[in-house]
Amino acid sequence: MLQLITFSTLNGVLYGMLLFMMASGLTLIFSMMGVLNFAHASFYMIGAYFGFEISRRIGFWPGFIVAPLLVGVVGALIERYGLRRVHKFGHVAELLFTFGLAFVIEELVNMIWGKLPVDYRVPPSLDFVAFRLFDTTYPAYRMFMLATAIAMFAFLILVLKRTRVGLIIQASLTHPNMVAMLGHDVPTVFMAVFGVGAALAGLAGVIAGPALVTQPAMAALLGPILFVVIVVGGLGSLGGAFVASLLIGLVQTFAVAINGSLKDVMGPVATTIFGELGGVTLAQIAPLLPYLMLVLVLIFKPTGLFGNRES
Amino acid sequence: MSAALTLRDVRKNFGPTAIIRGLELEITQGERHAIIGPNGAGKSTMFHLISGRIGVTSGSIELKGQEITGLAPYEINRRGLSRSFQVTNIFPKLSVFENIRCGVLWSLGYKYSFWRFVDRLRDANERAEQVLDLIGLGARRETPAGILTYAEQRALEIGITIAGGADVIMLDEPTAGMSNTETEQAVALIRKVSEGRTLVMVEHDMSVVFGLADRISVLVYGQIIATGTPMEIRANKAVREAYLGEEAH
Amino acid sequence: MSETIRTTIAFALFAIALALAPVVFPSGLALTMMSLMGVMIIFALSYNMLLGQTGLLSFGHAVYYGLGGFCAAHAMNYVARNKLGVPLPAIPIVGAVAGLFFGALLGAVSTRRAGTVFSMISLGIGELVAAFAGIQRSFFGGEDGIATNRVKLAPFFGYKFGPQIQVYYLIAFWCFVCVALMYMLTRTPFGRMCNAVRDNPERAEFVGYSTQRVRFQAFMLSAMFAGVAGALAAINFELMNSQAIGAGTSGQVLLMTFVGGIGHFFGPILGAMLITFLQISLSDITKAWMLYFGLLFILVVMFAPGGIAGFLSIHQPLLRNGRIFKLAPSYLMASVPLVALVLGMIALIEMAHHMLVEAASDGAKMRLFGLAFDGASPLPWLVAAALFFGGAFGLKLVWPRIDEAWAVAQAEGKKA
Repeated sequence: MLQLITFSTLNGVLYGMLLFMMASGLTLIFSMMGVLNFAHASFYMIGAYFGFEISRRIGFWPGFIVAPLLVGVVGALIERYGLRRVHKFGHVAELLFTFGLAFVIEELVNMIWGKLPVDYRVPPSLDFVAFRLFDTTYPAYRMFMLATAIAMFAFLILVLKRTRVGLIIQASLTHPNMVAMLGHDVPTVFMAVFGVGAALAGLAGVIAGPALVTQPAMAALLGPILFVVIVVGGLGSLGGAFVASLLIGLVQTFAVAINGSLKDVMGPVATTIFGELGGVTLAQIAPLLPYLMLVLVLIFKPTGLFGNRES
Repeated sequence: MSAALTLRDVRKNFGPTAIIRGLELEITQGERHAIIGPNGAGKSTMFHLISGRIGVTSGSIELKGQEITGLAPYEINRRGLSRSFQVTNIFPKLSVFENIRCGVLWSLGYKYSFWRFVDRLRDANERAEQVLDLIGLGARRETPAGILTYAEQRALEIGITIAGGADVIMLDEPTAGMSNTETEQAVALIRKVSEGRTLVMVEHDMSVVFGLADRISVLVYGQIIATGTPMEIRANKAVREAYLGEEAH
Repeated sequence: MSETIRTTIAFALFAIALALAPVVFPSGLALTMMSLMGVMIIFALSYNMLLGQTGLLSFGHAVYYGLGGFCAAHAMNYVARNKLGVPLPAIPIVGAVAGLFFGALLGAVSTRRAGTVFSMISLGIGELVAAFAGIQRSFFGGEDGIATNRVKLAPFFGYKFGPQIQVYYLIAFWCFVCVALMYMLTRTPFGRMCNAVRDNPERAEFVGYSTQRVRFQAFMLSAMFAGVAGALAAINFELMNSQAIGAGTSGQVLLMTFVGGIGHFFGPILGAMLITFLQISLSDITKAWMLYFGLLFILVVMFAPGGIAGFLSIHQPLLRNGRIFKLAPSYLMASVPLVALVLGMIALIEMAHHMLVEAASDGAKMRLFGLAFDGASPLPWLVAAALFFGGAFGLKLVWPRIDEAWAVAQAEGKKA
């Protein structure tokens, strides 16, 4: 039991940190530009594929550096030549644009790399056992992912707290309409924020690709969860996104690990009361939980756990 | 005369800041009552509180003797209070006529009806036509409201407000941003539409206020410091010091 | 001509078109396609009751389509098993009731808010129901779905609805009924208040209307029509699976409605027909049709937010006073680089796909636009790139002329 709790906590935190790498960018983009970027998980996917492509040609480490930068450039270009054009039509048009973009990126990946998962491997330099606890091993690569996520988190805090750009961003989080009045070149700031957000998602993709599965459906699987994170945490709240990321990471990991059903707890009575649902395991319900949280939060506290904005 | 609107110790705080600090006001049925006061005194907030757009922190508001504190805007509207907005607040994609008709529908009892055609509702259409004539936008009948001129939109704003036949009408700065001739037309329009009803009006233009209002209340820093006829207000020393002195340039 | 007469004529023409379509296009493929179009027209119009009429952007509309379809499939099986005297044409009513029921149930939670929060709740509920469908097997049938057999129901005036042509007329009948009803809804006090709530929810509250109630009612009615569409889909395919309920279907109805144009009543009809046509005719030719579909959508969002219907209606006054001919030369001039651009893009995408994914097993030889060539040689790539970039450059060159001609024609249109 202790073993299960330890490893589930580790994995849950890891998954949560991965989510936060994307949710932080998504939150920044939303706070500053008012755009709920449907294509954010697509940048994560592109990151994984770029990382794969570079790692099989040159090596994992160059990919680790270059792929997120490339994704950032792609993101900035999309903002400059796509999103900015749509901006004048309003938020619905922007939302639809990113929705279409997610669709197109998935199909492009389908066309270029095929529908099957690609063989994106953990680099040999990180392919060893980090530690052994209660007869279970924990791979070093996972520790590396965790370290990367924490490093990125530290970097983000540093930028936000210590730099001028960070101050502008913070100001925009609390006063979304004020940025333009500060006299900054708003379009360039938007492009930069969109690019950096995309790069962060790309980085998450590069490191998650080898551990999870790099496939064209990975964006569609993760995208809605990201929305859950930023809505549950509170739109525009970085701290909220952080808590919600960990919360959802842990809930999902534990639900899968515990793997019991109502029948296991209540005995055969469960089937008579709940029908076939009595035999459904917690692991089967796991994918449902984030959305249940989303709907409940939106109904009872539409500003999210830590937010103060509704839209 | 009975009271159309009664405010008793109405307070509103935004966070730690008290914006409205104990409003006491009684507006008599059938009068034209203007609210004046310096910027930031809380005039618009007061309108929002009465019309239910924002909730009060404490105190009570009565409309024709009925408690309306805490009701939603649509419930207050159904009880016979209608308001306009300082920032033009119309249905931009609908035609001018549709805008007015939207203001008419509820008062004639059509509610959420989805089994009769709106074009066949003779009473609603006639009423909308009358209002359209009244506000002088007959020629712009089919124009989408969003592309009207500013003065026309202000007139439409008043038109939507009176369309439902509410007997208490609140106008928030109806002549703001208008030229002199436009203001004159607007004043004539307000005079026409407020006949036989109670009018509450926030206005910055003192010539409009003193020409139109039967009584005036002066709101300064979230409190009403004086209420009276235009003559009384002009003569009131406290008002001159607090407000008119600076404005009468 | 009065509006009523014009509307009557339009609907008469619509009925005639529905009736004669199988005579003009009698092939099996055309019948399949037109049947599906009928279903999608209802679905897209029901979606536009939310997006276009009430201003609610939903990412989970397939829930009501899918649930309507599943309920209809179960109802058909139940009727067949118990030999009840219910004929097939009555089944869409089951879909309507199911849609209305679930619309009321889930709408009560989702329509409490508008704007982005509504969109997110609809997304959440959509994912929730889709995930639930994966767990609850007896109702949703797991991976296989729920199969049904429309011929097993009681005959309707001797018709058993085995042949596709009979199914087509059944769908066409319901399509006409639903389109007419949905059109009528837009002409009621409720329909007008939907528009008012879309334009300015705050003001709607101050003329006596609860925006929440308006949204809720719109949501329920929209779900009801989506349920009819789902039931017709169940009848048409004799199969419902959980795909019909998922995010893919929700996205598809959003795309077709928007491409058709959300600002006009007939827009979603055009969108549903076009997208269904592309879907069926392109999916055999290319594996990338979804990509083209997505690109088309993005282009519409970027350059023609009014969709096809918006584009047409801008030209209507010009057509009436004959000014459209002033535009023709400019349009003709623009069409050359545009075609080059599109051909170049398609060639690049198809060749890239072939070389990256299929060349490993099938070799570099490929066919495109009826031409056979070697995808590994540089020449076709050069040609494709030249078409693409030449087209883009050419379009940029002629664009000012189009803008100009357009402005002139429009100014004259206003004068007339």
